[in-house]
Amino acid sequence: MSNPYSNIFRIAATKLRPLLFILSLIVLYRGHQQPGGGFIGGLMAASAYILYALAFNSAEARRKLPLSTSALLGTGLAVILVSGLLSVLAGEPFMTGMWTTLHLPFGQELHLGTPVLFDAGVYLAVIGVLLTIMFDIIDIE
Amino acid sequence: MQLIRIVGVVFFLAFLTPFIDKRLGKISGYLYALLPALLFTLLLKQLPDIIDRHFIIQSIDWFPLLHVHLSFYLDGLSLLFALLITGMGTLVFIYSGYYMQHYPMRGRFYFYILLFMGAMLGLVLANNLITLFLFWEITSFSSFLLIGFNHERPEARAAALQALLITGFGGLAMLAGFVLLGNVAGSYELTDLLQDGAVVKGSKMYMPLVLLILAGAFTKSAQFPFHFWLPGAMEAPTPVSAYLHSATMVKAGIYLLARLQPILGGTDLWQFSLGLAGAMTMLVGAYFAFTQFDLKKILAYTTISALGMLVLLVGIGTELAITAMVIFLIVHSLYKGALFMIAGAIDKTVGTRDIRHLGGMWPVMPVAAVATFLTLFSMAGLPPFLGFIGKEVIYDAKVQAPEIAVYLAILAVAANIFMVAVAFLFGHGVFFGKKKDPPKIPREPAIPLLIGPVVLSVTSLFMGIYPAILTQPLVLPAIDAVNASPVKLHIQLWHGLNLVFLLSVITVTLGLTLFFFRKPATKALRKFNQRYFKIEFADLFRKLVESFLSFTKRHTEVVQHGYHRFYLMLIFIVSSLLVWYQIYHTRGWGFEANWEEVPFYLIGISLLIITAALGAVFTRSRLVAIILLGVIGYAMAFIFILYGAVDVAITLILVETLVLVLFVMVVYHLPSYMPKYSRPTSRIRDGIIALVFGGFMTALVLKAEFIKISPPISDYFLKEAFTKGHGRNIVNVILVDFRGLDTMGETVVLMIAAIGVFSLLKLKPKKKKEE
Repeated sequence: MSNPYSNIFRIAATKLRPLLFILSLIVLYRGHQQPGGGFIGGLMAASAYILYALAFNSAEARRKLPLSTSALLGTGLAVILVSGLLSVLAGEPFMTGMWTTLHLPFGQELHLGTPVLFDAGVYLAVIGVLLTIMFDIIDIE
Repeated sequence: MQLIRIVGVVFFLAFLTPFIDKRLGKISGYLYALLPALLFTLLLKQLPDIIDRHFIIQSIDWFPLLHVHLSFYLDGLSLLFALLITGMGTLVFIYSGYYMQHYPMRGRFYFYILLFMGAMLGLVLANNLITLFLFWEITSFSSFLLIGFNHERPEARAAALQALLITGFGGLAMLAGFVLLGNVAGSYELTDLLQDGAVVKGSKMYMPLVLLILAGAFTKSAQFPFHFWLPGAMEAPTPVSAYLHSATMVKAGIYLLARLQPILGGTDLWQFSLGLAGAMTMLVGAYFAFTQFDLKKILAYTTISALGMLVLLVGIGTELAITAMVIFLIVHSLYKGALFMIAGAIDKTVGTRDIRHLGGMWPVMPVAAVATFLTLFSMAGLPPFLGFIGKEVIYDAKVQAPEIAVYLAILAVAANIFMVAVAFLFGHGVFFGKKKDPPKIPREPAIPLLIGPVVLSVTSLFMGIYPAILTQPLVLPAIDAVNASPVKLHIQLWHGLNLVFLLSVITVTLGLTLFFFRKPATKALRKFNQRYFKIEFADLFRKLVESFLSFTKRHTEVVQHGYHRFYLMLIFIVSSLLVWYQIYHTRGWGFEANWEEVPFYLIGISLLIITAALGAVFTRSRLVAIILLGVIGYAMAFIFILYGAVDVAITLILVETLVLVLFVMVVYHLPSYMPKYSRPTSRIRDGIIALVFGGFMTALVLKAEFIKISPPISDYFLKEAFTKGHGRNIVNVILVDFRGLDTMGETVVLMIAAIGVFSLLKLKPKKKKEE
């Protein structure tokens, strides 16, 4: 297929992809306190790549992914399971929330817990699901 | 010793098999044998403690609210079984190391069989009935995988499915029985239940729970009329037959019966059910073994007979009967495991296991011949083998059984006559008589194939010669556990000249007579079978399954017709009518909405939504329709923002965007104009349904404010989100913490959807290369 898309769209997609990706990470991190979270973050990150795939093609977009879409699916579910099993290792029932506070330099504090990890798993799984479906549909010729 | 680790380490190794097999290739089988060997020695070290009645009970909370724990219990009975499982396991792995070396899916085989070994160990070590059930089901499942291991053979697939259906059905019945038992006694722990036998027997639920549990035990241990899956299971590779279908898994039912004997046993119901099923099975198995041609089928039927004998002995339930049961259990595992290994070895080296093509092979395979005959002597119950002791105790138990002694003794002698005849038939048919020309030139089977039979037959010999030193320490604690009281007993090879010995002599003589007249006897019996026993249980069962399937198929086709629009229509109509009825019935028609509080911009958004919806209905262009649907979505997101549900709004906007893109991608491949597919009548019909459904949704939303059946859970979430969930975003805390398990489930559903789309779009049937 010849290139039916404008260069403006392509340049926009190229520049927006990392921006949207970083934004999705921010949304993921702040999700526990403010609007956001793994699902929304995952949707954002996925749309960054879908945009890219629309501007170029899905093969190009796949190449920009650090993992294959199916690996994202698997990793997402694995992270979710691990986040639930961590509490089992500590002798608590499955999926008991466990929290810790990291003290960073300059008086910053990072409040981390297994639910955040869980959210990260959702984030990865959502990206995997969406990209698997969308790339396959884009691939229909 | 941590019992859970014994079970866990086997499962752990099972999941490592793909990596091990890739690295080590053919020798991996021999290496796997090290694990059961190690476990065997570890368990054997516990024997002195167990003899001193220092039992091990360990428990880890699993579902404490439901009284389900990962708890384990080691006493004489579980130790005996665990030793059998690990000991036989060691030999079977050595055997498989050679037998399976050229199989293409070798790694998979070891995975299945290790999975089985772990589950079987868990089953006999479990203290909690639900834990026991879990492992019980894993054994059924791994047995299914192993029977169907040569899955390109349709017979293997059918046999595997049949075994799974039967044992699975029994397993579910058993679970129901366990739950009843747990409710009656107030605990699922065997150690508690063993104290509560009287309570259980006195309960109203005693009969149903016993029958349900027996369904589990009888299907697993191939009791008549469920026996037919076991001969079918011979489709599995021979190491599997030797391990699962003779020495261990089929004895799980026996284990369960023996385990529950102190709790449930001693009643008329128990004795009658076990006695009847056991006696029938014993006779049917022995009888059919005599007329088989396939070495493995012969062994399968004798296994059925032996299992019947064991059930019968548990049913009699006297001290002597339990003694006989435990000894015969060991005897049978030793000789049957060995015989299966020999049958497989012959099959492997000679190329057939049809007894009609075998004969006169002892000069070329002397070691195999000697091992076979040692084993067969034990099976026939000749001194000085353990089999002799086993048979003597069995006769003794039956002669001394209360009330029905005479009948039982006659039945046992009849079954044993066939056993003796079958033993000689097997040995003679393979090693003596005329030489035939099998597919491959006979030679001595490879050493790894002979280690198992030799070790087992020699063990059987020594356990027979030195019963006081070797047999008694193993057997006594197990009998002890079943009787739930200490036993004083001397096991001897020689009991003196008495009635029991006389019965033994009669058995052997008649068995030999039957063997000498084998040709007319088998001929007559085959004819007799063809005329009167034409019922093939396996076929009958297959027909039952088939007719059930076609029955459900006809019913399903009415509801599951495959037309998406009719599904939607049905859902819409039924749900809206039900809710309309409920609103009409209980709440009346009055809506107490306060229209004056509605701000003007909300009215504007509502008008926008209505306009877009109407436009989407009447437009002729697909693209316009899709975009208008998007407009509705964005407008709704705006409403969410107005009422403070920011998370929902963001999600909705993103989803709307993505759905829009998705639709556009799909529409791109469709013709751009929208022809009139539907007739005007159906459009009107759809319009009415839409209005009814839309009206119902509106009414529901308006009424929802006023219907408060119980205090809303949102108060709890509002209060606890920060203190317990460490988050201020309540929606997120609910998703990842309070309702985390739901989210996990939903993630899995999403993944399944993705895999579905992937397989629909990407996996096209490959064109065959031959064409």
